Amino acid sequence: MRVALFLTCVNDLLFPDTGRAVVRLLERLGVEVDFPMAQSCCGQPHYNTGYRHETEPLVRGMAAAFAGYDYVVTPSGSCVAMVRDNYPRVAARARAEGRPDGRLDRAAETLVPRTYELTEFLVDVLGVTDVGAYFPYAVTYHPSCHGLRMLGLKDRPLKLLSAVEGIELRELPGAEECCGFGGTFAVKNSDVSAAMGQDKVRNALDTGAGVLCGADNSCLMHIEGIVRHEHAPLHTLHLAEILASTREQPYRPPVSEAKIR
Amino acid sequence: MNPPSTSQESQTGHGTGVFVGLPSFPVAARESTRDGQLRANLRHATHTIRAKRAVAIGELSDWGELRAAGAAIKDHTLAHLDHYLQQLEQAVTAAGGHVHWAADADEANRIVTDLVHATGETEVVKVKSMATQEIGLNEALAAQGIRAYETDLAELIVQLGDDRPSHILVPAIHKNRAEIRDIFRTQMAAWGRPAPQGLSDEPAALAEAARLHLRQKFLHTKVGISGANFMVADTGTLVVLESEGNGRMCLTLPETLISVVGIEKIVPTFRDLEVFLQTLPRSSTAERMNPYTTMWTGTTDGDGPKTFHLVLLDNGRTDTLADTVGRQALRCIRCSACLNVCPVYERAGGHAYGSAYPGPIGAILTPQLRGTATELDASLPYASSLCGACYDVCPVAIDIPDILVHLRQRVVQGGPVTQAGQRVTIKPARGHTTEHAAIRASRYAMGRPAAWAAAQRLATGTRKLHPRSLPIRTAKAWTDTRTLPQVPDQTFRQWWKQHTKNTNPDPGSTTPGGAR
Amino acid sequence: MTNTTGSSSRAEILRRVRQALGTTTATAAPTPEDIARDVPRDYATTHATRTPLQTADLLAEHLADYRAHVHRTDAAGLAATIARLLTERGSRTAVVPAGLPGDWLTDARALDVDVVTDHPGLTPVELDAVDSVVTGCALAIAETGTIVLDASPDQGRRALTLVPDHHICVIRPEQIVESLPQALPRLTPTRPQTWISGPSATSDIELDRVEGVHGPRTLEVVMVASDAQVTDFPG
Ligand code: SF4
Repeated sequence: MRVALFLTCVNDLLFPDTGRAVVRLLERLGVEVDFPMAQSCCGQPHYNTGYRHETEPLVRGMAAAFAGYDYVVTPSGSCVAMVRDNYPRVAARARAEGRPDGRLDRAAETLVPRTYELTEFLVDVLGVTDVGAYFPYAVTYHPSCHGLRMLGLKDRPLKLLSAVEGIELRELPGAEECCGFGGTFAVKNSDVSAAMGQDKVRNALDTGAGVLCGADNSCLMHIEGIVRHEHAPLHTLHLAEILASTREQPYRPPVSEAKIR
Repeated sequence: MNPPSTSQESQTGHGTGVFVGLPSFPVAARESTRDGQLRANLRHATHTIRAKRAVAIGELSDWGELRAAGAAIKDHTLAHLDHYLQQLEQAVTAAGGHVHWAADADEANRIVTDLVHATGETEVVKVKSMATQEIGLNEALAAQGIRAYETDLAELIVQLGDDRPSHILVPAIHKNRAEIRDIFRTQMAAWGRPAPQGLSDEPAALAEAARLHLRQKFLHTKVGISGANFMVADTGTLVVLESEGNGRMCLTLPETLISVVGIEKIVPTFRDLEVFLQTLPRSSTAERMNPYTTMWTGTTDGDGPKTFHLVLLDNGRTDTLADTVGRQALRCIRCSACLNVCPVYERAGGHAYGSAYPGPIGAILTPQLRGTATELDASLPYASSLCGACYDVCPVAIDIPDILVHLRQRVVQGGPVTQAGQRVTIKPARGHTTEHAAIRASRYAMGRPAAWAAAQRLATGTRKLHPRSLPIRTAKAWTDTRTLPQVPDQTFRQWWKQHTKNTNPDPGSTTPGGAR
Repeated sequence: MTNTTGSSSRAEILRRVRQALGTTTATAAPTPEDIARDVPRDYATTHATRTPLQTADLLAEHLADYRAHVHRTDAAGLAATIARLLTERGSRTAVVPAGLPGDWLTDARALDVDVVTDHPGLTPVELDAVDSVVTGCALAIAETGTIVLDASPDQGRRALTLVPDHHICVIRPEQIVESLPQALPRLTPTRPQTWISGPSATSDIELDRVEGVHGPRTLEVVMVASDAQVTDFPG
């Protein structure tokens, strides 16, 4: 089984801890994982802002970067949704505009069936829900929109989390509601975006949990921005870092961050 | 909250006039997100209906099949729209109705005004209709000395309050009961029977006040104006769903009935209603069935209006049909479920969308009906975080996020579109040059691994110099409410190189396709 | 007169539609087979398997859910039930459509309710002065709690059941269907129809439903049991 980690551009630069956690987790589960250096961005920011034509080279680049792997695993639901929902569209619409491009078609054909969101890969491909993790904190889970609606991750993340030793899961009120990130939406409509994020943070605080867990760091970046702006007692954390945490090597928050409640 | 009176005048040519000169979505939303009362009203109303809708839908085990059938009926109709329009015209005419065709808002307003003038009447009763909102009919009638009385409770609240509608189903959703009572107390007298003494803010009392206020108008007014939810092509039957009975009053008691209906409201056969009469009420008011549905075919001796006019409205619908991605928006049955689940609508409110169609459907319909030339209309496709809640609930499965992104492409890339029936190529909208340059630059770097790695190293290397907040406009939009993330001292790929060196000295593992 | 105004717009709109669909000529009339191919109809005909009695019970339950008052009787008890409902309400006048079975109101007449038979000269203003209206119906749909009126002789014109504030509607057992897909084939589309699901209501204030706006504020439904059901529902 040849497994490539598609970490995503945001995680590579801003959330390398998540990448390390995925690698640790997968290696612990006996999966040899590779990180193809040619990877960069799936094109989601460009595509969702309206620059479909600018997305095309990135689609081709993704196909080249991940050629030859059986599975492409990524800890970002929105990037998987980009590949699954939009790569076929990028190809089809180039064709509809009279610019058929076989490489775009093949990129969609080859990447769509091989690209897995992390929890999908764990539950569906590896068939595990108990990954042997240890995380002795109260946690509430925010299922990001792409995971919830586009990918239909359903209860996979919660199944994985509830099998974690020591964890205390608290249900997040209004969990299905968008946190307000939405890529460039966060700046183009910053007032509404922030209002949504503030409501999300309030709901998370109401659970009394010290950790808000998600499976998409873009959303968490936005939520954490609000948490820190408001000095709220909440720690945002990618699911992978909880799953990577064990009794032997427990999760340690970066020193600069507040202690977990 | 009230638009200046100049903006009430009808614009000439294609498009609609009521909402011209309004600010772009983000600007309007800045105000409304700060209006605590508005936020509370919208939150209360949308959350109430959301929960009820989920229950109503849950009763139908075949919801998915009904949804697919509804979408398919609409798509089939649109694919043969010229045929069904003519079939409908024939059937309505054969049943004693008169059919008129209006290419745009002005023409529709002119037709209706002339028809009312021909009756010699100067007052009309209206049942809530999105199409007449869209074309600004009330304002056009007023300009010709005709007074239109809105009879739907929420429309009445909006009319009495000199306000604008903010929701498809409940145009006064932004008002709570106390505000409604105040409007009734102060404004009803100017329009007819005053509010009862000591009117309370109990919804039942408010409904009673509306009943008393409108009763005489229903009994005496000779001209009624409506829209329609559905038009059955093969029988010429029009269908209006409502709750209060004001629709029945307007559709039944006047001598003349004028219905202004968008050309996309057709369904081929009577049987097709078995789908939509299951999906529409549950999606809109979360009821198994709405209290009243009226169906009429032309005119019937001794029952209802003696004269019936149907005005078929284009006003940008054929332009929408010309777009193979965007045309899905024409499936819409105006249930408002997408508004009720939309987190952006909930916080920004309906007025920010600057048209008769607020919420997600407005964000995809308005820029297609009116084009993307104004700053407001070009901002609408961006009035969404693309969370997909709207697509989930839409009873005709309109992929709203896909259309939003598609229309964003139209805004920033330009390209071929149809405007008023003419194929044209539009330029990218103004104000996106800097953004496009940045997008192009990032795409360039990201497409080249070495350049991308260098850019990342630059970011991590200068991290100590990064401010916590940024002064430039775009960045400020982020940092006003959110602290910027800290850039770590090492990118993942830098760590990975060390990691693989430690665990596996084979450098081949990092080349594309070179898995171990 | 097909087309009083906008005849050039008619041609223009049809041209625009065809251009949008990528054709210059009229699209062919779809055949029923075309429609059947385009539209999957694998949705349910009914949402449960029910006996006629269960269906009647469901109808009663759903009508009551939306605040209709449901009364059940048998054929022999119908006139007495109607008379009781009118007197309990204090109705002094009732209007009925011309084709209402003559014996439905015998008891009411005996109790001095002034029963007026509808005629074309009766204006909305006059109808507004009448206390109650009594009609039959075309059919009733259990799953949605809906009564359909189609202006047949026992139901009359639409204004009749609209203006008076109190509507008594009689449903006979053979008129009850389970679902929408069962209802539509039994209706004649071109007859003027009024579908009624509970009394008039509004959700316009804070999206919360309250009953009683412009239509009749009180809807009383009299369900007549079939002979087979008489033992279950003595009159
Ligand atoms: S787009 Fe869909 S959900 Fe929104 S109003 Fe139209 S039919 Fe309803």
